[in-house]
Amino acid sequence: MDLTNAVLQGVLLGGLYAIFATGLSLVFGVMRIVNLAHGDFATLAAFVALVLVTGVGLPVWATLLVVVPVLALLGYAVQRLLLQRALSPSPLPVLLVTFALSIVIQNGLLEVFSSDQNRLRLGRLDTASLHVGAFALGVYPLLVFVVAVLILAGLALFLSRTRTGRAMRATSDDREAAQLAGVDHRHVYGVATALAFATVAVAGVLSGAQTSFTPSSGPSLLIFAFEVVIIGGLGNLWGSLAGGIVLGVAQNVGAWVDPAQQVLAGHLVFLLVLALRPQGLFGRAVPA
Amino acid sequence: MTALLEVRDVEARYGDALALSRISLEVAEQQTLAVIGANGAGKSTLLRCLAGLMPVSAGQIRFRGESLDRVPAHRRVAAGISLVPEGRRLFASLTVTDNLLVGAHQRRPGPWDLDAVFEALPLVAQRRDRYAGALSGGEQQAVAIGRALMANPELLLLDEVSLGLAPVVIKQVYEVLPAIKAAGTTVLVVEQDVRQALAVADEVHCLLEGRTTLTGPAGSVSQEEVARAYFGV
Ligand SMILES: Nc1ncnc2c1ncn2[C@@H]1O[C@H](COP(=O)(O)OP(=O)(O)OP(=O)(O)O)[C@@H](O)[C@H]1O
Ligand SMILES: [Mg+2]
Repeated sequence: MDLTNAVLQGVLLGGLYAIFATGLSLVFGVMRIVNLAHGDFATLAAFVALVLVTGVGLPVWATLLVVVPVLALLGYAVQRLLLQRALSPSPLPVLLVTFALSIVIQNGLLEVFSSDQNRLRLGRLDTASLHVGAFALGVYPLLVFVVAVLILAGLALFLSRTRTGRAMRATSDDREAAQLAGVDHRHVYGVATALAFATVAVAGVLSGAQTSFTPSSGPSLLIFAFEVVIIGGLGNLWGSLAGGIVLGVAQNVGAWVDPAQQVLAGHLVFLLVLALRPQGLFGRAVPA
Repeated sequence: MTALLEVRDVEARYGDALALSRISLEVAEQQTLAVIGANGAGKSTLLRCLAGLMPVSAGQIRFRGESLDRVPAHRRVAAGISLVPEGRRLFASLTVTDNLLVGAHQRRPGPWDLDAVFEALPLVAQRRDRYAGALSGGEQQAVAIGRALMANPELLLLDEVSLGLAPVVIKQVYEVLPAIKAAGTTVLVVEQDVRQALAVADEVHCLLEGRTTLTGPAGSVSQEEVARAYFGV
């Protein structure tokens, strides 16, 4: 593989990372909380899809029709029944609750599925590639990238054009003022979490067809999502895409230099951005 | 005739500190009540209790005869109570128009919509596409009032809308009050500026350190009575 190809594949991988990151970013933007189980819910989604593929015989794309709504509902319930009660001026209770969720999900999955590597099989799409000049691009990574752009565009439209999206931005600016305007902030929080879970479900399933996963894949997915959010700039939708692309390219170029250093290269670029531009590439400097 | 708003022996606390002590008042429909008092008298606390941002520790608040116990803030907006909070509290990252549209979140029917607000508040109309965070104090105050009107309230609570504004801007902001009253809205204004409050109100209610020190028709209280109630001398 030559360098240009490594960069191109990295760009496409960035789309997947952007989907992982956007839910984390949305939840932080609206509620100022970090869900430490974010990656584990992606793994959970991938395992549910696996059951639907192997048990029911659904094609991978069709599992999304089940997994996405189910995780969205789960997200709403988790917010209203668990996280809402843990919300407080201190971020600690929510961190503890989501950390506990992360452990529960990992152990639950381990109980049911063992620690084997799993992969969602796509059939012909697994190997199909598109030749553009001298480059060969996988059709599936290209599709994932398109899905990522569509998801981000959809979210942007939702936030800017719809009544609930507007209420979400208002609640993020000033929760009490939003209540005074007639917004039920707990419902808005539930919807934001539902959206985050829906996107993380898409990411979990799409990623499960691209790389193998185990019950303990969640934390590394969380780290990637977290790095993307920081690189792109908090609370910036298109920043997530840019951040995802930067991380994806860094990892693939790292792997091109030395296949063992793929993940390390990503972490290094993340640390570099954090040191040189802590507000992220597209973030506004936030006054302390 | 029953009052639109009835407050009976209301107490409110911040931790152990009593901020309101057995406050009772009534506001009849289409009347304007001014609540006056010095710094820390408990005016904002009273309005926060009415709007549902803060629980009362004793007593009762009734709106149209129904208790507001355990009714959350957004349901009170749906019932017809809107507060223009102290410090304006606009959504800084939203445009003026979006701020107004959030105000209409409950979709209560009534005379106020974007066009009506723009017509009544020229200060708002001129800035409709700006981000709220980029407005001057007077413009922000006008938008905050417009946002509350978008909910088509029956009872409008105004917390120190003149605070920090130049006299000419205060005059502009208060110019919208007749239009609000003409729409049949009942108004409760909180002011430190006693003259401004008495000029617009039918009734006056003075607080001092969380207690009522004077009540009466705005036209018949004397300056000395007000001064004594206000400063507690
Ligand atoms: N968040 C709070 N925590 C603790 N005490 C508070 C809080 N807010 C207000 N108080 C206290 O409650 C009392 C009433 O305050 P409140 O803000 O209601 O007064 P106010 O009449 O609105 O004053 P101002 O004219 O300065 O706005 C004051 O003694 C104040 O110090
Ligand atoms: Mg006050």
